Amino acid sequence: MHQAALLGGLIQDASHYGWEVAHPIPHNWQKMAEAVQNHVKSLNWGHRVQLHDRKVKYFNIKASFVNEHTVRGLTKAGKETLLSAEHIVIATGGRPKYPVHVDGALEYGITSDDIFWLKESPGKTLVVGASYVALECAGFLSGVGLDTTVMMRSIPLRGFDQQMASLVTEHMASHGIEFLQGCTPLRVGRLLDGRLQVTWQEHASGKEDSGTFDTVLWAIGRVPETRGLNLEKAGVRINPDSQKIVVNAKEATSIPHIYAIGDVVEGRPELTPTAIMAGKLLARRLFGGSSALMEYDSVPTTVFTPLEYGCVGLSEEEAITRHGQEHVEVYHSHYKPLEFTVPAREAAQCYIKMVCLREPPQLVLGLHFLGPNAGEVTQGFALGIKCGASYEQIRRTVGIHPTCAEEVPRLHISKRSGLDPTVTGC
Amino acid sequence: MIFSKSYCPHSARVKELFSSLGVAFNILELDKIGCVHAHQSGLLQTLLEEKSHASAYDYDLIVIGGGSGGLSCAKEAAIWGKKVMVLDFVVPSPHGTFWVKHNWETMIEAIQKHIGSLNWHYKSSLREKAVTYVNSYGEFVADHKIKATNKKGQEAYFTAANFVIATGERPRYLGLPGDKEYCITSDDLFSLRHSPGKTLVVGASYVALECAGFLIQQLESGSPGKLKVVAKSTEGRETIEDIYNTVLLAIGRESCTRKLGLEKIGVKINESDIAASIMLCSIRFPQESELKATVGATCDYVNVPTTVFTPLEYGCCGYAEEKAAEVYSKKNLEVYHTLFWPLEWTVADRDNNTCYAKIICNRLDNDRVIGFHIFGPNAGEITQGFAAAMKCGLTKQLLDNTIGIHPTCGEVFTSLEITKSSGLDISQKGC
Repeated sequence: MHQAALLGGLIQDASHYGWEVAHPIPHNWQKMAEAVQNHVKSLNWGHRVQLHDRKVKYFNIKASFVNEHTVRGLTKAGKETLLSAEHIVIATGGRPKYPVHVDGALEYGITSDDIFWLKESPGKTLVVGASYVALECAGFLSGVGLDTTVMMRSIPLRGFDQQMASLVTEHMASHGIEFLQGCTPLRVGRLLDGRLQVTWQEHASGKEDSGTFDTVLWAIGRVPETRGLNLEKAGVRINPDSQKIVVNAKEATSIPHIYAIGDVVEGRPELTPTAIMAGKLLARRLFGGSSALMEYDSVPTTVFTPLEYGCVGLSEEEAITRHGQEHVEVYHSHYKPLEFTVPAREAAQCYIKMVCLREPPQLVLGLHFLGPNAGEVTQGFALGIKCGASYEQIRRTVGIHPTCAEEVPRLHISKRSGLDPTVTGC
Repeated sequence: MIFSKSYCPHSARVKELFSSLGVAFNILELDKIGCVHAHQSGLLQTLLEEKSHASAYDYDLIVIGGGSGGLSCAKEAAIWGKKVMVLDFVVPSPHGTFWVKHNWETMIEAIQKHIGSLNWHYKSSLREKAVTYVNSYGEFVADHKIKATNKKGQEAYFTAANFVIATGERPRYLGLPGDKEYCITSDDLFSLRHSPGKTLVVGASYVALECAGFLIQQLESGSPGKLKVVAKSTEGRETIEDIYNTVLLAIGRESCTRKLGLEKIGVKINESDIAASIMLCSIRFPQESELKATVGATCDYVNVPTTVFTPLEYGCCGYAEEKAAEVYSKKNLEVYHTLFWPLEWTVADRDNNTCYAKIICNRLDNDRVIGFHIFGPNAGEITQGFAAAMKCGLTKQLLDNTIGIHPTCGEVFTSLEITKSSGLDISQKGC
């Protein structure tokens, strides 16, 4: 859906390049939703086929523990099966959280689980949350032409570099997304005309306010799927605060032959590729004679907001906390993607910074890139960082012209110098 | 002149003192040029001596040619406090193109505006660094002297201690009757008044492929004229004959060295390019930092990444498979590859077995990645970071240990499993 939204922007750019496109271009939610749903279904089908090809038995049942080696399965119809195994892997993931103290939250609000399956356009939407899920959803909803508001309790993208997080939301705000910061929802009710009324409180003033929306989307975090598993029957320990399963470096739980991977695990990044790799490596260790463990440090990631944010390694704050400001050098630049020039797109938030150690050869601690195709740009540099790249080595890499990525080896203005980091193209 | 180290508190106090007294000063941060002991190693003396010799000539440096390389060199020299001049003159193409003026539908206008603003930026950034820019054609008349001729034919003479020749290249013509009158080159394409219509592109270089690809996508409107082209096959007796509106020659470029007066000063030229065999726009950047970091270092031309911006882009860094086999011997290499399906192509129903990725690893050196190739959207953006990683010694193991960013095309490199030698099927069935 992010791609659908991006295309809307590109269609607008197209007329500057000589394409005689009629304005305005309407967007058909149903057509997009159907296409996305079909794609997801085909992915699921693809997985089923692969499992079948490899002779893996697939049961569509809800499992829970009876004891250490035994699992009880319950079908949709209520039929029970008992299965036993030598090794058991828990990979139940997480589900979106509903706010428990907000009246009408469950009844009238939806989550990211639902947004991709709506048959009708969600219309004017309030997204509650400041996570990447919240911002990505708000981003594509606004991108396909819907009136979108984001309500957050405090800061956006907690855990990410905060300077970058501000640029992300600044960009979204400049593109028509309304932000209600420092606000918490109190209740949701349905009006006579079928629309939803949301009442919230602004922390700073203590005042209450309300608004009318067609849809309310909760994106306030995720809870691990551990409750229905009867983990105590197997003796598997969880973290009481997060409810996530505690594992060691080999992904083993408190019971040696029971493992857990993915979002359900305590202290792991909640990302698809990490879960995939953890699963593969675990299987290789158990049955393939391998001893290779997962490496969870410097995991690159990208937030697919309207202006994408790719990052790997430490945030600036984290680097300063660990090494002290005097030992950290940050190189940065405001650049303008070539694709933005002809259509005269605003590039105020297109920004890159590389956080390094100050002492030569200036080891790169973190890279932060805000701009188009951030994921593609970041992937290769993440590998460089894994190779122990220094600022010198990155600087010596010849740029590919014209790209946004070449602005990374071109970084030469330090924050410390106080000089204007705006770089001109070409 | 203050010779300082950026982290030294005493140096900082001196700078503050001078600032507070309103005294103008220049700073050379010895740690930034990688020579904290410049005063002991003799480098400082060399730098000082260079400054005093400059008065024998009009300039410390004259750069002939105001393209990427020339501008980069000029600006960097100016940062070091040198008196620099850039002689820049575009000899019009046979069709009179100066690369800036004409309108050609909305697109051409927009592109031209952009190029114009770039040129303005170049000039103002030269001005900021006090580099003298002269729109004249430069040629040598004696060892340290050049003659500069402007559009009106007026001549001026300048001397300098050093010279940099950065005159680049221009597209080559066929050397056949009618080629200059009737054919255009990439110099002319983006300033044509009219759409080129049905076009024949002659050549197979990246310039040719990029232009051909671009033209296929274009809306056709207007007819400039008709050209009949007769061509003979290079492998037989076949002749091809057809009528086109435009013939675009992209058969290579030749260096602009013939009329520089190089023979007057004894500079030998090879009949091919001016200097390096790599003709890309970005080589200048490492030279900037080379100069800063370690005086006297040369540019590293190995592992230069590049991208061909054809409709489906091709990015690469390091060895082509053929070259790698030549240098390392096929048995010492392992090639990992895969077809892949970009997410944006799925819903749009584009083919799932078109995009391709491969790496060439040196088995004798820890499976070091010596060749990186990707054929898919945004190939340039993807290749850039991997080029940096290759410079840092990327191996297959490191790729395998790295987590991919999902969903991207670039992540395919973190999960390459199938080798060419295995002969296994790499076609895609799903996510």
